[in-house]
Amino acid sequence: MTLIKEIDYGTQAQSATKLVTLEVDGHAVTVPEGTSIMRASMEAGIKIPKLCATDTLNSFGSCRMCLVEVEGRNGTPASCTTPVAPGMKVHTSSDNVRRLRRGVMELYISDHPLDCLTCSANGDCELQDTAGEVGLREVRYGQEGANHLDAPTDGSNPYFDFDASKCIVCSRCVRACEEVQGTFALTIEGRGFASKVAAGMNEPFLTSECVSCGACVQACPTATLMEKSVVELGQPEHSVVTTCAYCGVGCSFKAEMRGDQVVRMVPWKDGKANHGHSCVKGRFAWGYASHPDRILKPMIRDKIDDPWQEVSWDVAIARVASEFKRIQAKAGVDSIGVITSSRCTNEETYLVQKLARAAFGNNNTDTCARVCHSPTGYGLGKTFGTSAGTQNFDSVEQADVMMVIGANPTDGHPVFASRMKKRLREGAKLIVIDPRQIDMVRMPHVEASYHLALRPGTNVAVMTSLAHVIVTENLIDENFVRERCELDAFSDWAAFVAEPRHSPEALEKTTGVPAELVRGAARLYATAGNGAIYYGLGVTEHSQGSTTVMAIANLAMATGNIGREGVGVNPLRGQNNVQGSCDMGSFPHELPGYRHVSGEGVRSIYEHEWGVKLNPEPGLRIPNMFDAAVDGTFLGLYVQGEDILQSDPDTHHVSKGLKAMECVVVHDLFLNETANYAHVFLPGSTFLEKDGTFTNAERRINMVRRVMAPKAGLADWETTMAISNAMGYPMNYQHPSEIMEEIARTTPTFAGVTYARLAKESVQWPCNDANPDGSPIMHVDKFQRGLGHFVITEYVPTDEKIGPRFPLLLTTGRILSQYNVGAQTRRTANVVWHPEDVLEIHPQDAEDRGIHDGDWVRLASRVGDTTLRAVLTERVAPGVVYTTFHHPVTQANVITTEYSDWATNCPEYKVTAVQVSPSNGISQWQEQYQDLTVKSRRIAAVPAK
Amino acid sequence: MSPDKLAYMANQIGKFFVSQKREDGVASIADHITKFWDPRMRRDFLAHLDEVTLDPMVRQAAERLKTPA
Ligand code: SF4
Ligand code: SF4
Ligand code: SF4
Ligand code: FES
Repeated sequence: MTLIKEIDYGTQAQSATKLVTLEVDGHAVTVPEGTSIMRASMEAGIKIPKLCATDTLNSFGSCRMCLVEVEGRNGTPASCTTPVAPGMKVHTSSDNVRRLRRGVMELYISDHPLDCLTCSANGDCELQDTAGEVGLREVRYGQEGANHLDAPTDGSNPYFDFDASKCIVCSRCVRACEEVQGTFALTIEGRGFASKVAAGMNEPFLTSECVSCGACVQACPTATLMEKSVVELGQPEHSVVTTCAYCGVGCSFKAEMRGDQVVRMVPWKDGKANHGHSCVKGRFAWGYASHPDRILKPMIRDKIDDPWQEVSWDVAIARVASEFKRIQAKAGVDSIGVITSSRCTNEETYLVQKLARAAFGNNNTDTCARVCHSPTGYGLGKTFGTSAGTQNFDSVEQADVMMVIGANPTDGHPVFASRMKKRLREGAKLIVIDPRQIDMVRMPHVEASYHLALRPGTNVAVMTSLAHVIVTENLIDENFVRERCELDAFSDWAAFVAEPRHSPEALEKTTGVPAELVRGAARLYATAGNGAIYYGLGVTEHSQGSTTVMAIANLAMATGNIGREGVGVNPLRGQNNVQGSCDMGSFPHELPGYRHVSGEGVRSIYEHEWGVKLNPEPGLRIPNMFDAAVDGTFLGLYVQGEDILQSDPDTHHVSKGLKAMECVVVHDLFLNETANYAHVFLPGSTFLEKDGTFTNAERRINMVRRVMAPKAGLADWETTMAISNAMGYPMNYQHPSEIMEEIARTTPTFAGVTYARLAKESVQWPCNDANPDGSPIMHVDKFQRGLGHFVITEYVPTDEKIGPRFPLLLTTGRILSQYNVGAQTRRTANVVWHPEDVLEIHPQDAEDRGIHDGDWVRLASRVGDTTLRAVLTERVAPGVVYTTFHHPVTQANVITTEYSDWATNCPEYKVTAVQVSPSNGISQWQEQYQDLTVKSRRIAAVPAK
Repeated sequence: MSPDKLAYMANQIGKFFVSQKREDGVASIADHITKFWDPRMRRDFLAHLDEVTLDPMVRQAAERLKTPA
């Protein structure tokens, strides 16, 4: 195993089709027009010394290290900023340029500490390498003169240091923050000798606008910006390419290791989803994997108020099997089920649903996607014919207008947000539809043309009024509709949306959005060229979630914004493997590949593969499982990698359901909130401890590679196999690749997927004979279902209504540094950015209630109440309050209600009528819950026999 | 399961299909319930039709589910 070092070509690749041939030191090289001499030379295998250039950034030409001579031209141009020309003859190491480079290097080194042996970058420093390359042998100017050697180190960021004494002011960090990340947190302050890198308003990194993405650390050629983990552990000695286990962007990382110790995670330049960029979570927040809270031994207990007993794997698995069999014997085959995890790999998810269908003999399998993107499955299935985003991420580079609906990319999907911001800085336009002023509405060099700050719960009305404008102002792409869509359904839809009751003016009162903004946004989307829609859980988590997804699909079809680069309908998936867990048949009504269990054809494929008769009836969805538990017909549950108690709505109802079950098996890294109600705890493995694949929001199947042995002894797929074997249904895979072989054999969209192929390159499904190289863009010539289907989207207001008792609307979301229920990120230094959940409230609403910034407030809905601190902000409109759900102490889901999407039962997290009032501290319920948590996490000192 | 909750869910489904012009609303509602509700939910729903308020098309769909063709 070696340390992977990507080649740095110094400047960016050019996409011109016209090629230019030149000569570098006598070697002919052909490159696209516009390529720099530096890059062309590197492609010819000749590295020109450089300091301020790197191929992720635009060339800058400040260090003068890369000088070359060009025959027939005067002087010594900088090779990073000089483009190639046909027939050019370049000399990269004439005496003259070598002398010049050495002189420049001498100046740099005269103001640089000479402590290479003890420097954290020793062995990985471009300054050191370049000094070697230019043959620096002496520094004639002593270090007694004015210098920066005593400049202080800023260690405020929990993950990296800024040691100003080592800075060579190449400004790579400043440019990375601007060009790659788009945050503009850094500047070069002062001039000449006094110039230095400054964060924010010349303040510590931690308090500046820095979002800790790590782009500057990566760009820095010296030890100035350096990961604290490298300072502590030393340079890594080998690396393994794997995939981030946080969000649906699916960034590729090199896990850089010393032995089985992760030294750092570095975004991989060849990663197709992230192209070498990262966010704070994937880059830095991996410490949870070795957090002392991790449970590494299986545990059992008879009753949930007993302390846990540590036992062997055999005892724990035997307990699961005997309990599940006992329950089935008593209450029937359908009385147990599973919940698969969008955090686990495709292979693990596939096995868990197989466990339910083949070993349990029922279809009681669901996934946390139930509570996030199940409406996407239904809505896009109905309109386009399959449940997936239509584009790859790169497509955004061709977008002329982006419509972001109910999503907050800079927090939820940060690396993709950086791509969006880049395109917006290049001139693309932005429409934001969100009740809250998300960062993208206005941030450095990005400003939305329209922000439709709609009242929570009125998505369908807004989407239909946008359609109204498009139809009544003749902005339809008639050719597209005629050739690609069902015309009858289109005419019905067009007549429906054209009804005067759907005009922006008529709906203004309902939606709270001024009509002219809706009209402007509709015109912009329909006429700006390539229109791309990106949406998130603000679309799906409503009682009309599925209807909004269909309304979005309608808009894209009506304007011809489907089937090519730059357009499309793109659900931004929350968790790393939401797409994959849905693809793998985690839903109770569908076998892998979105094929309904009632289909005899598809059942027979699996009956043949699995050697059992399959149940043709749909199983229970997560919310139905809790209802059935309370009814006494559902008594056993295996939950892999999900904390349903904290993440599902109406916590009291969930806990009642869990309490009513006779055997709850939690398979997780930590004793999570659900484990308070569990009888068996099976320790899980992190993404660093297993092989497998994740599928990101662009349908890209990325390899996950094991970099260390499972700390608890078994990878999650092995644990599922053990349960199945103990239940009497044999599973004997030797490696996850064999599971993928089975998936490919049985699922047409995955037919061409193998580990051998993924080892070379990630691929986007469908990948089969028809699309041997995968499918970056879907529905190119025709929709998956044939013709696109327009659906009528009648607005049905939610029954969750404000009134005198609960006059405000609560909506929920997440923030950059924390991830979902926070089980992982709360166990990292990311807590410095978000130590607790807070309630955002408009200053007017706060004043009406006598609430000040930072006060404790009681947040109550008709189903429950909790307390948290208030933050006064105009990001939320009057009448709307907002919070996150990352911390179990707050338990925002105590407040959310049982209302759900009509088609899929996806909970209505985004609309809850609430009241906010001043409070002295935590609520009685929170106190009781904290007691319960302490009690239920006791582990007995003596292991059970 | 609570008949009222199931009836509420069925009415929600109904509200969508009622507005679809070219679909046989009753058949679509019945189909949706068959495809997405686990048998015990359907059983509990159909066992208490007299006790709950259902929109007309939803009631027709329920009757149809009671007596499969
Ligand atoms: S970590 Fe990212 S956001 Fe912070 S200064 Fe560096 S590039 Fe900018
Ligand atoms: S911190 Fe690093 S990247 Fe930034 S200017 Fe200094 S040496 Fe260059
Ligand atoms: S954007 Fe998502 S996938 Fe990429 S590093 Fe951040 S959390 Fe991981
Ligand atoms: S690398 Fe070309 S001027 Fe710095």
